[in-house]
Amino acid sequence: MSQDHWNFLFIGLSFALYIGIAVRQRAGSTSEYYTAGGGVSPFANGMATAADWMSAATFISMAGSLAIGGYDGSRFLMGWTGGFVLLTVLMVPFLRKFGKATVPDFVGDRYYSKAARFVAVICAIFICLTYIMGQMNGVGIVFSQLFGVTTTTGVIVGAGIVFFYAGLGGMKGITYTQVAQYCVMAFAYTIPAIFIAIALTNNFIPQLGFIGEFTKGGSAVPFLEKLNTINTDLGFTKYTDGSLSKIDMFCITAALMCGTAGLPHVIVRFFTVKNVKAVRKSACWTLLFIAVIYLTAPTIGAFSRVNLISSLNNTAYEETPAWFKGFEDTGQMAWVDKNGDGKIQYWGAGKSESGKSGKVFLEKKPSFKDEPEGPRGASGERVLTNEIDTDSPNELWFGNDVMVMANPHMGGLPKWAIALLMAGCIAAALSTAAGLLLVLSTSISHDLMKKIINPDLTDKQEVKYARYAALGALLVAVWFGINPPSSFVAKTVAFAFGLAASSFFPTLLMGIFSRRMNKEGAIAGMVAGIGFTLSYIIYFQFLGGTKDQHLFGISPEGIGFLGMLLNFAVAAIVAAFTPPPPKEVTDLIDNVRFPGGEETEAVDH
Amino acid sequence: MAKTTAAKGRYWKAHLKCVGVLLSIWFVTSFGCGILLRDWLDQSFPSVGSAPFGFWMAQQGSIISFVLILIGYAFWMARIEDNLEHDEEDAK
Repeated sequence: MSQDHWNFLFIGLSFALYIGIAVRQRAGSTSEYYTAGGGVSPFANGMATAADWMSAATFISMAGSLAIGGYDGSRFLMGWTGGFVLLTVLMVPFLRKFGKATVPDFVGDRYYSKAARFVAVICAIFICLTYIMGQMNGVGIVFSQLFGVTTTTGVIVGAGIVFFYAGLGGMKGITYTQVAQYCVMAFAYTIPAIFIAIALTNNFIPQLGFIGEFTKGGSAVPFLEKLNTINTDLGFTKYTDGSLSKIDMFCITAALMCGTAGLPHVIVRFFTVKNVKAVRKSACWTLLFIAVIYLTAPTIGAFSRVNLISSLNNTAYEETPAWFKGFEDTGQMAWVDKNGDGKIQYWGAGKSESGKSGKVFLEKKPSFKDEPEGPRGASGERVLTNEIDTDSPNELWFGNDVMVMANPHMGGLPKWAIALLMAGCIAAALSTAAGLLLVLSTSISHDLMKKIINPDLTDKQEVKYARYAALGALLVAVWFGINPPSSFVAKTVAFAFGLAASSFFPTLLMGIFSRRMNKEGAIAGMVAGIGFTLSYIIYFQFLGGTKDQHLFGISPEGIGFLGMLLNFAVAAIVAAFTPPPPKEVTDLIDNVRFPGGEETEAVDH
Repeated sequence: MAKTTAAKGRYWKAHLKCVGVLLSIWFVTSFGCGILLRDWLDQSFPSVGSAPFGFWMAQQGSIISFVLILIGYAFWMARIEDNLEHDEEDAK
């Protein structure tokens, strides 16, 4: 059987499974549509949340950014898992006790105003949309690899599939589908890592191989030392050192953490379990399931870097393995023969004349002169029309996002393992995109249409609006999935987290822990926080801001942290000069602080 | 079944203490070991296998401690809630 056959077999099987589950569990009432009726076990919910959580960014992009950035990639590892701790201890038990299905609902009631609810809906829309963009971009990369088509076509195919089953099952369908997806993802991620760990380090536990010895080709040397030597020989900084400044690293990690804690689609997940006690158990399971994948990611990153360099660097183009040409055909890798020797050279910034850049060409992405079938260059490579960077001798370009998919090819794994990985990638992107679409459509139909515009909507109409909203959101996401706001998926997603950190995190936190915070403070804080963060990101990603204009050397990825501080400060100042909240609201706060009694509120049959 | 204000006050205080302690550990293992003190830890702490300590904390250790923190949280909070129930019985 060829690779294509294996791919279609595995993906076909996994889809049959998901759709089967979704159809069996079709939502009957709105309560089932939004929160699965509140009766899912902590273990199953933990798995489903983990699948929801691990997006295409985690699955496809994170190992790639670890491979390229080494220590720098830790910001994603710590940021996303650490944020989960914040979410569990500071947010979820209280919101679960409060018992309303959406975050804008909490904001609207806690800050006793339609204006606050409206601002929260707008924030939710911005956050979810940015996040879905990243997912669609990832979906596009996977499908383009799968069918050998361009990313654009891949995005459109993926979007159709996401819409089909997000609309179909509602939250109940999604919960059990996501349990299945987690299993596919976990196998798809760890199995290639185990194979490669055995090949490179003779240790079948990747995490031990990572800190163990590199044994391939005879003599044993510590694996990380080997990797550092490879890096410094080629003019990169040491793998264990990284190149981000401490303050930037701190701010990005903090923004990712706080953003995680403010992500509406993950908070909603915890409404599907019975009570606060079950929420805490469920959170333990979730983080455990997440950790399985997050502890493997650094090993995949490091192993694939070694494999990539040893199989491509200083290899003549004609002799490169078939997978390299495959990735070149879909535009995920590119080569420019700068010195005309017909061999691929991969160099870091240290080998360039200025010592600063390791770019192949000046643009962010390669643009190819002809279709893959068209005329080729002197050695048979695809010719680029980009402006070549003469400062650096580096000849090899590849996207971060391609590393995980290239990994099993580079390790020479059997075809079924590659097919399994493909199925896992698709599961990751689809599960998150579907969860997000659901929250987005809920925000629009429930919070905007029903609570603000037309309170007389029936349940049925509400579900109908939710489906329209999902379609609209998906179209926007497709557009940005094709024209992504940044060079790789994890970075796009990091912006979504920055927006969440600067808007929801402080507002929810103060809503629970401060009895004095009032609507004026909360609204002013949210507007200031998200406004500041969004304009900073737009200025640097779309309007051509340059690195030396960064505020305190903080990149747009990390600016959400400053936005969050700004939100806190503005809210505190405004609240100090405006009247305190009414008695009903302080009673509400007292009520959410104590467990008990929530089961009757949330589960209405 | 209204709980007494005093019992509620004690519960909330215990809850805040639990969150405070766990989040301090959270901060030290991630931001502390992984970012702020990592150079120093790399130099002066024994390495984990062949990985420098700070680097290992940033890529593996912090995640492991997060899982432990959440398990601790579930148990600690369960105990605090048990105490609240007892408080309630005492009040009757």
